[in-house]
Amino acid sequence: MALTGLGIYKHLPKTNCGDCNFPTCMAFAMQLAAKKVSLDQCPHVSDEGKAALAEASAPPMKLVKIGKNSHELLIGQETVLFRHQEKFHHPTGIAVKVKDDLAEEELTNRIEAINNLHFVRVGEEIGVDLIAVEHSSTSPQGYARVVKKVKEMSDLPLVLLSPDPKIAEAGLEVSAERRPLIYAATGKNWQQMASLAKKHSSPLALKGESLEELADLTQQIKKLGVDDLVLSVDGPRVADTLQDLTRIRRLTLSKTFRPLGYPTIAFVTGKDPFQQVGQAATYICKYGSIVVMEGTEPWKILPLLTIRQNIYTDPQVPNAVEAKLYEIGEVTSHSPVLVTTNFSLTYFTVEGEVENSKIPTYISVVETEGLGVLNAYAGDKWSAEKIGKTLEEQKIKERINHNSVIIPGLVAVFRAELEEDFGWKVLVGPEEAARIPSFLKNEWKVTS
Amino acid sequence: MLIPEVRQKWANPINTITIGATPEEGGTRTRTVTVGGSTTLPFLHFEGKIPHRPALAMEVQDITPKDWPEILGEHFSDVWDDPGRWAKKCVDQLGADLVCLRLAGCDPDGENKSPDEAAVAVKSVLEAVGVPLIVWGCGDNDKDNEVLPQCSEISAGERSLFGSITEDNYKTLVALCKADGHKLIAESPVDINIAKQVNVLATDLGLDPKDIVIYPTSGALGYGMEYVYSIMERGRIAGLDGDTMWAMPILCDIGKEVWKVKEAVSDEIAEWGDQSQRGPLWEATTAYVYLLAGADILIMRHPKAVSEVKKYLEKLIESK
Ligand code: SF4
Repeated sequence: MALTGLGIYKHLPKTNCGDCNFPTCMAFAMQLAAKKVSLDQCPHVSDEGKAALAEASAPPMKLVKIGKNSHELLIGQETVLFRHQEKFHHPTGIAVKVKDDLAEEELTNRIEAINNLHFVRVGEEIGVDLIAVEHSSTSPQGYARVVKKVKEMSDLPLVLLSPDPKIAEAGLEVSAERRPLIYAATGKNWQQMASLAKKHSSPLALKGESLEELADLTQQIKKLGVDDLVLSVDGPRVADTLQDLTRIRRLTLSKTFRPLGYPTIAFVTGKDPFQQVGQAATYICKYGSIVVMEGTEPWKILPLLTIRQNIYTDPQVPNAVEAKLYEIGEVTSHSPVLVTTNFSLTYFTVEGEVENSKIPTYISVVETEGLGVLNAYAGDKWSAEKIGKTLEEQKIKERINHNSVIIPGLVAVFRAELEEDFGWKVLVGPEEAARIPSFLKNEWKVTS
Repeated sequence: MLIPEVRQKWANPINTITIGATPEEGGTRTRTVTVGGSTTLPFLHFEGKIPHRPALAMEVQDITPKDWPEILGEHFSDVWDDPGRWAKKCVDQLGADLVCLRLAGCDPDGENKSPDEAAVAVKSVLEAVGVPLIVWGCGDNDKDNEVLPQCSEISAGERSLFGSITEDNYKTLVALCKADGHKLIAESPVDINIAKQVNVLATDLGLDPKDIVIYPTSGALGYGMEYVYSIMERGRIAGLDGDTMWAMPILCDIGKEVWKVKEAVSDEIAEWGDQSQRGPLWEATTAYVYLLAGADILIMRHPKAVSEVKKYLEKLIESK
């Protein structure tokens, strides 16, 4: 958070001694605010002043780490309200619940099902990030046994869900080395929960009736030396949660309101799967740092992982893949050659469909500055000539014993020039990638 | 502890638009649909007013669609050879707020239906249902400029929403809609400036900005949705900040995009789980996300997706 000159000035000695090479403390403070000088240029600033200034210049939203080592999840430290302003930094962690009263076999199946909630989309691995172990009725020992089992079967970071410090403690005793998120400290139990968090150096979630109560709680707990906090936001209805999450994000970023300057956690409610996904979608788009889902059905989880992937892409970076010749499957000299752009969404869609077709294929990717088929055409980023030259540079003719190349249906206009000037036999492919498999199966075979 | 105020005061509300006209208003609709009018970002009741719930249109075509997957066919194959009956099913049984008649049959590369045939389709939908209509051409500029005039004239006074005008093709439709009292969809290719430009061009010809709905192009979840999402957020913020050329309600054409992607359509990938749920959920989820970015009208296809998005909206639209 950028401090104002006046905010900095308050912590300077106000003696105007000039040792910093500025005539006054105020002048120095202005330069500091503009980040043109550094604080150590003033030899007289007190330790308290330094500490206060360090605190004030800390990021407005804390970064919190859950889990350990290669399986840690980082949440928080967001810097904008809207992705177009810069980007969102730490993707919403998606947690799935496991209850502690499941029978042994059911428990095993459930953990396995969660472990399987991993997919590859657009060349990227996406999956569930956390397992939330919910206490219902078992004894502390029973709960610890389930936590242990989850820990043994899965590398995912854990959330220990219980308002009872005894249960939390039992869970921590078997999993503290994995830095689980303790859920949650409330107005009633916060002292015990905070001392557990401190003892086991684990992050702690806080739950309050209102933002006011949450802000009070963070301040009290911080005094006990626990500052890896996560705010639980769970209004009675999805509209309330959305608005509270929005207020927290705005308070943090526009007001640097530190009592609420922490990442958040929200839960889906109810039994209806479509509404659960609707709630989770809301919290992924609008400021939830962790969303706790119900159920392990892949058809429920895949859309959520996809939203997160979409919303958390960096809007400033063109999504491009390297322009080169890709081989999909066991290609031979008889394999078809498809031409496409280097916009990653286009490329991975085409690649996915080629994989679906199970027909080994060369994909020749043309440098189009990250634009898709039509946009690249409209923006003169590709042409028949460019495709012809790319095919030459990629030396495709040395790999195949035929003379055919398939171009996207949307740029059928390139056909004549590619045939006349570059000697290719051009097949106009489908306009939609989804029709590539049937095209390769039916029309390619016929023509080759 | 006292929490600082973070309510933002925006300069301008989003335009309010009413689609459909009752007999008293010169049409034949039994219901009208009003959207827009928000004085804040989506669902932030603590900050401003959200006087109208976003509306859900269901899509009907003037031909039996060839590329709709079986999962849609099982709901519509009993009616989709007749746009009137199809529309009636959408309204009476499936709760559509509006019907979107897409004149896909007029496509010169497809069935190349005539303007007369298109007008018959429009008429039959108007007669079959009482809700307002969206009438959308086939997307071929020259053909649409032949077809839409007839469709507009025979439904003069109905205050339908016609689509679409683009940067390169707007004059015919703007003149028509002004003459016949319809509203217009202004289309742009995921580009915040072109979206504005189309509105500037149309209003320069005398169209009232309040008669325009912005269609910034739509993408399915997982297929470029985030580009559209951010254009919508930027545009909506600009509109609330006082940019009159972005103060229009926003329309998303979702079914058309979703029902061609494999996550919705394919039943061959076992790891993705039950397609009969995944398909409609893919459409509903795409809708949820666009609603959060500011969508005011959604065009959708699957009955389950429509009913679930409606439920979701009911929860989000009620204020404390
Ligand atoms: S050196 Fe420090 S005390 Fe002296 S004028 Fe500069 S800021 Fe003020």
